[in-house]
Amino acid sequence: MTVREDRAEKGKRELVCIGCPLGCMITVTCKDGQILTVSGNTCKKGDQYARNEVTNPERMVTTTVRLADRPHETVSVKSERSIPKEKIFDFVKALKMVEVKAPVHISDVILSDVAGTGVAAVATVNRL
Amino acid sequence: MLSYDIVIVGGGPAGLAAAASAREQGIESVLILERDHTLGGILNQCIHNGFGLHTFKEELTGPEYAARFIDRVNELGIEYKLNTMVMDISSEKCITAMNREEGLFQIRAKAVILAMGCRERPRGALNIPGYRPAGIFSAGTAQRLVNMEGYLPGREVVILGSGDIGLIMARRMTLEGAKVKLVAELMPYSGGLKRNIVQCLDDFGIPLKLSHTVIDIDGKERVKGVTVAQVDEHRKPIPGTEEYISCDTLLLSVGLIPENELSRGMGVDMEPVTSGPVVNESLETNVEGVFACGNVLHVHDLVDYVSEEAAAAGKNAARYIREGAKRAEQAGCVELAAEGGVRYTVPKYIHTDRMEEKLTVRFRVGDVYKGCYICTYFDDTCVKRQKRPVMAPGEMEEIKLQKQKLEEYPDLKKITIRIEKGGE
Repeated sequence: MTVREDRAEKGKRELVCIGCPLGCMITVTCKDGQILTVSGNTCKKGDQYARNEVTNPERMVTTTVRLADRPHETVSVKSERSIPKEKIFDFVKALKMVEVKAPVHISDVILSDVAGTGVAAVATVNRL
Repeated sequence: MLSYDIVIVGGGPAGLAAAASAREQGIESVLILERDHTLGGILNQCIHNGFGLHTFKEELTGPEYAARFIDRVNELGIEYKLNTMVMDISSEKCITAMNREEGLFQIRAKAVILAMGCRERPRGALNIPGYRPAGIFSAGTAQRLVNMEGYLPGREVVILGSGDIGLIMARRMTLEGAKVKLVAELMPYSGGLKRNIVQCLDDFGIPLKLSHTVIDIDGKERVKGVTVAQVDEHRKPIPGTEEYISCDTLLLSVGLIPENELSRGMGVDMEPVTSGPVVNESLETNVEGVFACGNVLHVHDLVDYVSEEAAAAGKNAARYIREGAKRAEQAGCVELAAEGGVRYTVPKYIHTDRMEEKLTVRFRVGDVYKGCYICTYFDDTCVKRQKRPVMAPGEMEEIKLQKQKLEEYPDLKKITIRIEKGGE
């Protein structure tokens, strides 16, 4: 499965801001790949989100890796920062091969430069 | 018999925040009882991010958010018992609990904070015909299996219910290699946060069918498929709209039920709309010295608000311990009424003399309202109109009441909160 393509197209795009739980409805108008207006957002974050979402959408990724010698326990991990949306599956797939040994602490790097994104996966749980 | 000033039932986000808050108010004798093998509750299985924006001004995952509070509880040296199940609480606040080390034992508490959270509504509550094959899970069970125990419960998945857990699990199952064929929602709107619809469904091209439900489950040993149909405005399936979808797994994300068996057992009055206790401004139930907070009180969308509410419960419980019998007799109390689209309010009663300078009143609306106003009436006088661009049943609303303002109306009997259309 591939992540759905999102491109800056001619005309109008309606977006739901994911910057915070408010979920503002934002309208972006574009012409020839250039953003003309951003409206509907309540804060700067919304404006930034809408611009990024139209030109270069990014997401945080969270998943789990295996814990050596503990088959029924996992280590939850996250991307250290958001990565390009189309890289989500590659990111998760690269981590499927990983098994770590306890102890693991929150923020420990589990895998650096995951799937060529330049972004590390860090632990989000303590396993002592 | 063991004896504590404050016993907190549940070591999830509500219990942890309540415990920390009570201790910070100077109460030394605090005990948390938790039935799982670790503190943190359901946050431990919520490995996705988006927690803590309000509390910590950064986006954390569930386990990270829990860890902040667990660390705080440990720093404060608060006692807790894990793998411990509370069986009963008497109206005299005598708690009967059990675990493997101590067997069955009793604890006497001066105050109790109920922080048991919710259970998921099961298949049995839905009246879907069919056998009882393997492959039917509540979304939260699947979440625990995938995220904490490392199992994948199925490969071809249909999800019934578009609450947040269902949406989150649609993405999670997809990332783990399963094919999520459909999310069906009985209502004409999603019960989940908008951001989750964008990030969990739209991003992965997972279809969401509103006004649809599962009317039959096929399969005897294992789920083979489900029949989905559109429903009319009375939520009845429309003949001719049936569609068979083959799948090996059905996840149910069809609502949460506050886990109030203990509360009922000790005679706590319940609010039928929330299935949680009726509480006053102090988050205290009708049983003196028994407080409630978090999802056991009413289902929240954001853990930040759970922590905030629980901290208030902890503070109020501490005050109850300090003031004890010296506590002023409850003066006349103001009732909060939910009308005109507002389904309930928490709290339900306010003793003006006991309220803080600012009191948060939380509520949910029963429908989608666009460009409407939240109106606050003191008896028959409209004292505030607050515009909201959009309100939906899936998102909790709040207003703040100021003590000073209430004191300007000494004969106040009733505060009404209602949704009104714009225009004027």
